[in-house]
Amino acid sequence: MTASAVPVLLVLLVAVLFAALFLVLSYWLGPRRRDPLKESPYECGIPARGTVQIRFFVRFFLVALFFLIFDLEAVFLYPWVLVFRSSLESGAAAFALGEMGVFLAILVTGFVYVWRKGGLEWQ
Amino acid sequence: MIPEPVRALLFYLCAGLALAGGCWVAFARNIVHSAFALLATFAGVAGLYAFLSADFLAVVQLMIYVGGVLVLILFALMLTSRIEEARVSNPTIGLVPGAVVLIAVSALLVYACVKEFGGTTDLPPGEPTTAGIGDALLSRYVLPFEVISVLLLAVLLGAVTIAGGRLRKPAPGGKPGKERP
Amino acid sequence: MNIIQHVANLLIRSVFHADPASWPWTWLVQAVVIGIAAFLAFAFVAIFAGPVSWIERRIAGRIQSRIGPNRVGPQGVLQWLADGVKCWLKEDLVPAAADRPLFLAAPYLVFTGMFGAFVVLPFGAQVVAADLNVGILYLLAITSLVVVGLLMAGWGSNSKWALFGGVRSAAQLVSYEVPSAFSLLCVVLLAGTLSTQGIVAAQGGWPWDWFIFRNPFMFAAFFLYFTAAIAEGNRTPFDLPEAESEIVAGYNIEYSGMRFLFFLFAEWANIWIMAAISAFAFLGGWQIPGIAPEQIAATKGWEFVGWQALSWTIFLVKATFLVFVVIQIRWTLPRLRVDQLMITCWKYLVPLSMLMVLGVLVLLALVPEGGGADTILRGAMVGLGLAVVLVSALRVRRTFRVDREHYREMEGRDLWYPPYRLP
Repeated sequence: MTASAVPVLLVLLVAVLFAALFLVLSYWLGPRRRDPLKESPYECGIPARGTVQIRFFVRFFLVALFFLIFDLEAVFLYPWVLVFRSSLESGAAAFALGEMGVFLAILVTGFVYVWRKGGLEWQ
Repeated sequence: MIPEPVRALLFYLCAGLALAGGCWVAFARNIVHSAFALLATFAGVAGLYAFLSADFLAVVQLMIYVGGVLVLILFALMLTSRIEEARVSNPTIGLVPGAVVLIAVSALLVYACVKEFGGTTDLPPGEPTTAGIGDALLSRYVLPFEVISVLLLAVLLGAVTIAGGRLRKPAPGGKPGKERP
Repeated sequence: MNIIQHVANLLIRSVFHADPASWPWTWLVQAVVIGIAAFLAFAFVAIFAGPVSWIERRIAGRIQSRIGPNRVGPQGVLQWLADGVKCWLKEDLVPAAADRPLFLAAPYLVFTGMFGAFVVLPFGAQVVAADLNVGILYLLAITSLVVVGLLMAGWGSNSKWALFGGVRSAAQLVSYEVPSAFSLLCVVLLAGTLSTQGIVAAQGGWPWDWFIFRNPFMFAAFFLYFTAAIAEGNRTPFDLPEAESEIVAGYNIEYSGMRFLFFLFAEWANIWIMAAISAFAFLGGWQIPGIAPEQIAATKGWEFVGWQALSWTIFLVKATFLVFVVIQIRWTLPRLRVDQLMITCWKYLVPLSMLMVLGVLVLLALVPEGGGADTILRGAMVGLGLAVVLVSALRVRRTFRVDREHYREMEGRDLWYPPYRLP
């Protein structure tokens, strides 16, 4: 296994432990006086109206989907970029560039289509 | 350099996290809890990738699955109205066929694991894998790589087409001043 | 050699009198040293986030012609400590309607996601907790924990405003991650490595060796990244998730006491983290002008410590400067609308950042490094950078002068309030 992954795990563990320590201390130090009014949802001091179950704008879903697609694209680009550097020296850069060009061209076509269709508007 | 018992402990930690998350997803009564439990599964799998020296995959697992897929699932849940009341998310039906499928699939998996990796315990050292993946994308897997872009394109177009009716104009009958996040 | 292994080996040799290479407990000592380093990073965040919150409020006061906190300690420097203790002593309130497990777990996720970024930040020559081979991707990936944490807080609170805030933040964070990923790709393109220390090592101490001044596309990529980073940190002008005038306070509305503080804490630390990323990816990181990293590594004893401290200071100064820029932007610009926010990202930043990648690619292929064209390009970019800094410095000076004149004008008059002026 990669030895460098262990520090990451350790640090994340320390973070969780610290958070727990602080919260437990705060729970211990703070007062506990239950009160139905205090525990009601916040609504500027008036009784809450309506339910929380508001249907969300479909846009948010689309944004998450676009993110997924473009993030995947970026993820594919990262290893490619490393290879491109070395292929510049070895002279195989044209092939690398061509391959990524086709990949990007297909996705940019999709991006332009979405843009034209109004998928990026927000109103 | 890290002794065997500690490594085993780390492995079981990651595997256990993934497994526990999976069980939680399957057995939680609340579908939103199921979705959040996926986080544990994804994180556990990322840990397993890191364990197998696949550092690039581990990070991408976090980035794509936790940051993308999980958020997508959560948004989908929150888009669905009255999701909170959907309590019967996991009714148990077809116990016998389910068990048969389970046994068959696990037998196949165990067989494949033993046949392919049986007996070997030495893991590859922590070499950087990112450039290797890039090389593979440029040589052996050129076609799959390009096909992936077509797949992503299809996803983009599909999403816009499905949401299409609601994009240009406000929904008919929608009251002005209706709450919108 | 990593400084952590260095310290661990030193400890093993001096305390346990064993050879680190063959001793069976080396890994344990290393783990403990990493734990201590994590603790130090934590202390650093706490000690940094506190005063910065005070400084930000003072600057806000300055910009809005008011005073800001000045009661606790001289000029209010201890305000952050008082706030922290106050939050600590508050009741750990869980609303009755909340989804209890989700509500309780959310601060942990946000905190861990923020804290995890510190693992790969290169503080100085050899000072990094883990120099991952995929460091910069790790920085992008760990943000996703924060996204899920915010959604969890929003949903778990079971309150309209919290849910709105949570969903808004999540949409914003994921959207702006795309341009920041592409901008950092430009950096990787020039550095040829994903490791954070490798990226710093590929630059130099002098400004013309920094990535930002390599070519015009990198210059633009820096600003694209910085904008996206401000948006990812939920800062004004992109602080829609906590727009007070619309949804009160966003995802943290139902939280109180320490849990609330964790969200704030994550926000403050996040400013610092993104400033640090900009500093090491574009502004040369800890590189000391005139001395190569290998020369630092070759030194011994106190000389080594001295160089380390200097590199650390350089990095901190750069990052802190960017933190001040972020604070100034926050109190200068008005907030965007939701639609403007999303359009800014998807219609401007994403296509532009892709173009920047393309531009850097082309220049990398056409302009050989170290050639005449490269030198001219770098010189021109440094000139442009100097011009930007000079213009903003002159603007700040002018503002101060106007303030001073205003004060002088008001001083003699009979007013019901005393004319105020910053120290």
